[in-house]
Amino acid sequence: MITVVDYGMGNLRSVVKAFEHVGAEVEVVSTAKAVDKATALVVPGVGAFDDCMTTLGKANLDEAINRHIFHGKPYLGICLGHQILFEAHEESRKKIPGLGIFPGTVRRFPSDLKVPHMGWNQIKIYRKKCPLLRGVEDGEMFYFVHSYYTEPLDSRIVATRTDYGVNFTSMIWDGSLLYSVQFHPEKSQNAGLQILKNYTELYG
Amino acid sequence: MLAKRIIPCLDVNQGRVVKGVNFLNLVDAGDPVEAACRYDEMGADELVFLDITASAEKRDIIIDVVEKTAAKIFIPLTVGGGINKMEDIRNLLNAGADKVSINTAAVQNIDFVRKSAKKFGSQCIVVAIDVKLSGDHYEVFIHGGRTPTGIEAISWAKRVEKAGAGEILLTSMETDGTKNGYDIDITRQISESVNIPVIASGGAGELAHLYDALVDGKADAVLAASIFHYKELSIRQCKEYLLSKGVTIRL
Repeated sequence: MITVVDYGMGNLRSVVKAFEHVGAEVEVVSTAKAVDKATALVVPGVGAFDDCMTTLGKANLDEAINRHIFHGKPYLGICLGHQILFEAHEESRKKIPGLGIFPGTVRRFPSDLKVPHMGWNQIKIYRKKCPLLRGVEDGEMFYFVHSYYTEPLDSRIVATRTDYGVNFTSMIWDGSLLYSVQFHPEKSQNAGLQILKNYTELYG
Repeated sequence: MLAKRIIPCLDVNQGRVVKGVNFLNLVDAGDPVEAACRYDEMGADELVFLDITASAEKRDIIIDVVEKTAAKIFIPLTVGGGINKMEDIRNLLNAGADKVSINTAAVQNIDFVRKSAKKFGSQCIVVAIDVKLSGDHYEVFIHGGRTPTGIEAISWAKRVEKAGAGEILLTSMETDGTKNGYDIDITRQISESVNIPVIASGGAGELAHLYDALVDGKADAVLAASIFHYKELSIRQCKEYLLSKGVTIRL
């Protein structure tokens, strides 16, 4: 079972449909209690960081996600679900912290670039053993839509990087069951579906 | 490097593809879902549905089309045509669209762009701008190109960017349908004036036109309808051509 967390940020339909397409059984949950029961969690999300953290906080979902990760259960973050893992986010006017799983900051792309970084871009694989990258080639293209990128202090968790003026972290793997991606696998056609399929087959 | 995008556009009227898509082996040539799947297989980077349904009560049909399409293809889907309420945007996004394209409603009320970008995020708000040369400048037209607005195109592009649009879909009315090539001039001027991606539209007839719009016109993506529908050019062919000319493309 793949458990997709719905906290009202962006639509989950494509994530759910993409998982179903690769054969997963999917449930959509929105309570901390349901997150606690999950085995393989997926946290998607698009939109503003502050809204995201505030909404998660109101439903105590932030704590539930933290517990899930703390217990070493499978986690896949997508886009905002990737960015919330860090300590600080430049977008946050109210200085709301992220979940702080990883030391590091989330920064805005420099102003001389077109922002959002929107469209298909390549990944360069740094962790070839990353189980979610099975069947995905180095240099494969994925679909991105984002204005902020993560800057982890610990380079060992960087599974892939992508170049858009800045050579930013496009995928994270902690060496265990914690994964997160800046791109949208649910919108990246076959390459993206492969990643969701890997996650489903390993943990679903 | 970020790839330039090739985006086929399907005009949909009351749930049916118009301007006849001419694919071989389609069970139902008028079915937008089938056409969308075919484009996906051919390597389209994104897909646009332009809903040209005139009657208000039949406008919900597009929701059903979007739902069915989004369950089958896993590339970004933009829907445009007659969107003028927050509710329209919400319904389309919930049905599985990734972006909506706003045209007339943006000119009539720029606050609509501002509010929808704030509510749903800039990444899903595309502002479509239809332009035509008028004396020494380009003018913005609305109502499917029927109504001149007196607004100068470049300043309008900057305003919609400031209001929170995440992307601009620029159509040159003079080149649209001619197959004589995109309007490179206005495409480049707008692309250089804003810091958000610009999709060039209107006039694609041959491979070199795509290259011109992407390289000389500095567009981030090219949209085309009829050249793909009538199989004059396959998406693959376009991509291989652009790649051979040194353009970054997803194959």
